Amino acid sequence: MSRVEHYLETQQHKGLLRFITCGSVDDGKSTLIGRLLYEANMLFEDQLAALEADSKKIGTQGGELDFALLLDGLTAEREQGITIDVAYRFFSTDRRKFIVADTPGHEQYTRNMVTGASTADAAILLVDARKGVMTQTRRHSYLVSLLGIRHVLLAVNKMDLVDYSSTTFADIADAYRAFAKQIGLEHVHSIPVSGLKGDNILTPSDRTRWYHGPTVMGYLETVEVDHARLERAPFRMPVQWVNRPHAEFRGFAGIVTSGTIRPGDRIRVQPSGRNSHVARITAYERDLSKAAPGQSITLTLADEIDVSRGDVIASAEVPMGVADQFEATIIWMSDQPMLPGRPYWLKIGAKTASATITHSKYRVNVDTLEHLAAKRLELNEIGACNVSVDRPIAFDPYRENRDTGGFILIDRLSNNTVGAGLLHFALRRSHNIHWQALDVNKQAHSAQKNQRACVLWFTGLSGAGKSTIANLVEKTLYARGLHTYLLDGDNVRHGLNRDLGFTDEDRVENIRRVAEVARLMVDAGLIVLVSFISPFRSERRMARAMVEEAEFIEIFVDTPLAVAEARDPKGLYRKARNGELKNFTGIDSPYERPEHAEIHIETTAHTPESAAGQIIAVLEETGVIGSM
Amino acid sequence: MSLTHLEYLEAESIHIMREVVAEVEKPVMLYSIGKDSSVMLHLAMKAFHPAPPPFPLLHVDTTWKFREMYEFRNRTAKALGIELIVYVNPEGLMMNINPFIHGSTLHTDIMKTQALRQALDSYGFDAAFGGARRDEEKSRAKERIFSFRSAQHHWDPKNQRPELWRVYNCRKHRGESIRIFPLSNWTELDVWQYIHREQIPVVPLYFAKARPVVERNGTLIMVDDQRMPLGKGEVPVMRTVRFRTLGCYPLTGAIESTADTVSAVIREMLLTTKSERQGRVIDFDATASMEKKKQEGYF
Repeated sequence: MSRVEHYLETQQHKGLLRFITCGSVDDGKSTLIGRLLYEANMLFEDQLAALEADSKKIGTQGGELDFALLLDGLTAEREQGITIDVAYRFFSTDRRKFIVADTPGHEQYTRNMVTGASTADAAILLVDARKGVMTQTRRHSYLVSLLGIRHVLLAVNKMDLVDYSSTTFADIADAYRAFAKQIGLEHVHSIPVSGLKGDNILTPSDRTRWYHGPTVMGYLETVEVDHARLERAPFRMPVQWVNRPHAEFRGFAGIVTSGTIRPGDRIRVQPSGRNSHVARITAYERDLSKAAPGQSITLTLADEIDVSRGDVIASAEVPMGVADQFEATIIWMSDQPMLPGRPYWLKIGAKTASATITHSKYRVNVDTLEHLAAKRLELNEIGACNVSVDRPIAFDPYRENRDTGGFILIDRLSNNTVGAGLLHFALRRSHNIHWQALDVNKQAHSAQKNQRACVLWFTGLSGAGKSTIANLVEKTLYARGLHTYLLDGDNVRHGLNRDLGFTDEDRVENIRRVAEVARLMVDAGLIVLVSFISPFRSERRMARAMVEEAEFIEIFVDTPLAVAEARDPKGLYRKARNGELKNFTGIDSPYERPEHAEIHIETTAHTPESAAGQIIAVLEETGVIGSM
Repeated sequence: MSLTHLEYLEAESIHIMREVVAEVEKPVMLYSIGKDSSVMLHLAMKAFHPAPPPFPLLHVDTTWKFREMYEFRNRTAKALGIELIVYVNPEGLMMNINPFIHGSTLHTDIMKTQALRQALDSYGFDAAFGGARRDEEKSRAKERIFSFRSAQHHWDPKNQRPELWRVYNCRKHRGESIRIFPLSNWTELDVWQYIHREQIPVVPLYFAKARPVVERNGTLIMVDDQRMPLGKGEVPVMRTVRFRTLGCYPLTGAIESTADTVSAVIREMLLTTKSERQGRVIDFDATASMEKKKQEGYF
């Protein structure tokens, strides 16, 4: 075997470590990573030439190589001098390949760091030897621990600026170890380094003879990855895709997130709870006798049972929890605040469900770790919340398995990822409350009244004429012998929603309760007229989702703000303009116009009577009510 | 026993491909005929086995690729039994765009950037796999695996979705599309090691052989067909060369090399001191050029 062949053989057996670096530019983080790449000979001649040129032009090291410039990528950032995203770097030694998540910058820090940390097995935390453990160090440590990273390297940097003092180093290392213990970080190691001079990066430094531990590279090459623990954990494989090329083959494709699996092993499909055995583990050229965490595989089962995307194939001996209400930690990543009651998409593994935050318990001050009362979460805030999903899902606690315990929240309108969540445990409530199947159901109720139950949802500005028109519509329906009920915004606020104010959270909760009441009334077979400003699209969409598709008729009572304000039947606009009324829709709180309302009434062109007539006509045309 | 780095990368790429196929309406795999495309295609074969990959290959053809690349492309599609769509920008064809005359910037813009947009729009593909890697260039290091493009194919580097764990958010509005880079975390060396391990066929141009070349501005350009204009006194000479990266032949520099097998290529790469993109003429056009192209919709 030639030397290259031999080299390739050994290279094929090396492992991989993903780690994250935390600290600000001032701590010399970019310089440290640049130095690692440089010393590991990962820079090519042309890259070095570009680096030399850049260092002279825009460097901060007086023309010396400025390693920080190696890591800058985007023009805008380079000009502003801030990095606003996560950058991934690669290098390898004979023992391991490394993927470094570099999350620099000050803005968006929590969001970026959480993203980078979510896939990392280890973290390098930088501190400036002159400053020691700072608030920022504690914040980073908390995030690292929260995201489940078990190994932390504290790199005490800029040792050259404190004369390589062993006492300075020991003081910082001790202080940090004490703090790390408090937040549950078990495996912490400290190394005195100088990124600028290269001390203890690749080779032990002569200037720190009092330090006997590994170098940074030595640490990275040997630190334990989480694999052994995951391999001992029970088997989990979220099903991504059902592979059905022909009638004889039905395989379930996914990535093994924990445990091992062999043909013949007993499994349970969750959340449905059906059991079977693994028949085959197929791969490209031959079947496998075993699969381990991290492998993408395709399984076939011994029995023809129902399995679809989003289900999890789990160990039958140690199955996952199944629930529809959880306590979770949520990290908010959007400019729009997280509002309890607002529906989001929740994606966990390969499963997507509709979810709402039912209760925000507290938020964490990441600098002091204090718990503060919070009804909402703003960008980069972290809080403990109760989460409710519209169907039961299988899960593991996040600290046991990141892939079956970590989820993202997606905004239903923008489709952006707005939050990340860590599931902790199922709420007892969801175990104890079961949906009762009733014999006298909606169909029976409707049939008895000889009508089709539905919701007529009137939305529009205050003073638009919603209640006036809704009243006229109800009178007409009543006169035709139909069974109706009108839920009016003002009336409901006197009773059911007496405890709610006009903040965004309260408005969302206001609508949620009304939508729930409307749903119950539809179940009772009634035609429900709802007359609510309901300014937010997402809440109207939530109300729509609560009933069946054809049962929700959105009626946009469209009156220009100027006209509604001129009418001002209750004097509310005047008060709002005088600042006596806060969060008033149209004045200092937005009204999001409906985009696809079933019925659109422009009140400036019609009298209330003719508007009501139009609505009745549409209801007749679409068969919601019979024609006269 | 924990996975080796190649096993990890393979599993990650397969997971990404399956996730896309499960969530989007009409995916396609961009096939550039290069080594990264070869690896990506091999991974797709594995990901959906025993079914064939549930998407076609799309080659955005500038008509200026090496002849050996065209042969390899047709042979590969046939051998694997995969649908291959070849798209050429008809306006570019009519304008007779020629990199020798119009320069690399215009050629790339019309025959690649514009052509790719046209192809995606006309077939209605809403997701396209690309073989780009983060180690290729500084600005790519920050791009996500899932890259969202507006209906006008614009990329907004300030508005990327965070990617946590292995949970990818594939939701998009009608008209928007996604570019997905399953090889994001691979390096050039990983790609070659994997080609070696899996014995994946690649275009023979990657291996050293005597080829007719001329030297221009320090770059060795291969005389691949009659369209190449020769300067006064310029005579092609046979030199033993190979290519580290493949593109349009007038824009791709060869390197002197004797590496004629995969392991020899890897050996050479371990000893080399020049990065892969050095052979690409387009990168020299302007600073941060790749980032600019990307914002305009180039891969």
